[in-house]
Amino acid sequence: MASLVIAEHDGKVLKDATNKTVTAAAQVSSPVHILVAGSGADAVAEAASKIAGVEKVIYADDAAYAKMVAEPMEKLILSLADKYDALLAPATTSGKNYMPRVAAKLDVPQISEILKVDSPDTFERPIYAGNAIATVQAPAGKKVITVRTTAFKAAEAGGSASVEKIAGAGDDGISKFMSEELSKSERPELTSAKIVISGGRGMQSGDNFHLLDKIADKLHAAVGASRAAVDAGFVPNDYQVGQTGKVVAPELYIAVGISGAIQHLAGMKDSKIIAAINKDEEAPIFQVADYGLVADLFKAIPEMDEELTKLGY
Amino acid sequence: MKVIVPVKRVIDYNVKVRVKADQTGVDLANVKMSMNPFDEISVEEAIRLKEKGKATEVIAVSIGPQQASETIRTALAMGADRGILVKTDGEVEPLAVAKILKAICEAEQPQLVITGKQAIDDDSNQTGQMLAALLGWPQATFAHKLEMGDGKADIEREIDGGLQTVEVKLPAVMTTDLRLNEPRYASLPNIMKAKKKPIDEKTPADYGVDVTPKLKTLKVAEPPKREAGIKVKTAKELVDKLKEVGAI
Repeated sequence: MASLVIAEHDGKVLKDATNKTVTAAAQVSSPVHILVAGSGADAVAEAASKIAGVEKVIYADDAAYAKMVAEPMEKLILSLADKYDALLAPATTSGKNYMPRVAAKLDVPQISEILKVDSPDTFERPIYAGNAIATVQAPAGKKVITVRTTAFKAAEAGGSASVEKIAGAGDDGISKFMSEELSKSERPELTSAKIVISGGRGMQSGDNFHLLDKIADKLHAAVGASRAAVDAGFVPNDYQVGQTGKVVAPELYIAVGISGAIQHLAGMKDSKIIAAINKDEEAPIFQVADYGLVADLFKAIPEMDEELTKLGY
Repeated sequence: MKVIVPVKRVIDYNVKVRVKADQTGVDLANVKMSMNPFDEISVEEAIRLKEKGKATEVIAVSIGPQQASETIRTALAMGADRGILVKTDGEVEPLAVAKILKAICEAEQPQLVITGKQAIDDDSNQTGQMLAALLGWPQATFAHKLEMGDGKADIEREIDGGLQTVEVKLPAVMTTDLRLNEPRYASLPNIMKAKKKPIDEKTPADYGVDVTPKLKTLKVAEPPKREAGIKVKTAKELVDKLKEVGAI
């Protein structure tokens, strides 16, 4: 049989989360096909066809898929499910939205946010906010899986898959997309940035996040925040890194004025290198930090900025 | 209109989770249990709908052991009208929960089911979506703001890039995210009143649902530990170290 990966995209650009899901899919069942559901997303289908190891791209071009609304997505994926023994989506807010509908209709359990494929039917996944890792074995039959993308390497470019265009599978019209407000930023996205600099309650105000912006601009980093900073209204909720926000695993994570609550650590502790700046020496963040600086951030961050300038950043 | 709110009894969110030495699961003996925090948000939203005159009755449902009736009592003390306890002792997977809820929805005919987006024990994030699919209803997951209309609801959702608004026809399933509201504390008089509110006791068999888990848990282990590194004294030293290891 084969596996089907549902592509993550914004209508124009194929997201890296797709490449990572392809890597997981190849370990579950080969060959790997990608479903691009979109409206006028030809460029996305084209990009998907260039991922190494992908045999075929199925491109469903229909207005119903422009925003990947869950109900029509369910119908579309179900219409293709017969030919696959594994269906995989990245565990983004989009994948988490439509995928359980598919599992329920197929009458199979969904395996959420896998971190590792031990064998084609056995997976590791985080439970209790990542405080425990469960190894679970799926029953015989179709597997419906969402993938914690930070746990898998992105499949690289270099493929030349065929692109098969298909018609939409219909829309019952019970739900519709109305509007969206997306954060505008010139910086890389939190979940795919190589460097992330996050601020916590210690930032004291939203205005003070400008201090982090300056460093982020120099390092081409994304800016994140702890739940405390979001709850205090310093920054919008899509900045949030943690169990209930985004899970990131960049090359470098710089935590500024973040104490390191379990819920925050769950979202960043798989980062390759962690640096922490906090004036409280006892802050739990220092227990996971490779480099800790006990200092007042309002002094340390401008100094860091100055050092980076000196080094030509 | 009726609103159904499923509530799950889980380990309290403040308790430090410990994996059992034999790796069969997490140690829940003598550990404080509470209502799943996302479900508290669901109960709050349902009660607010009632207070605004949009809902006529709020029914709290829990699927779990006898003690889950305490979780239902918490919902009743917050303001729900009655409860349904579906008693079962083992672990129940989201799909089985969704099947039981589907049967309850068919009997009760609610216009809205409000579930938490995920339970903080298994972190599955599936039940609301599965229920919606089984009923053929629309869904709005990760709700940030709810506006009830006539036979429909406009729901603002938290998505990766920001916020998105969808319009769903009723009946529908909504799953709640953290910033939808701040749940109230139950007052003492309301806690007393809740003791008199009815809780129906059922079993999964009453709904014809087999709750045997389909996924087999082979092992539950501690995550790999991260060791604390070194302390640096100045911002300059930090930048130098990061440069030295090629992180910047």
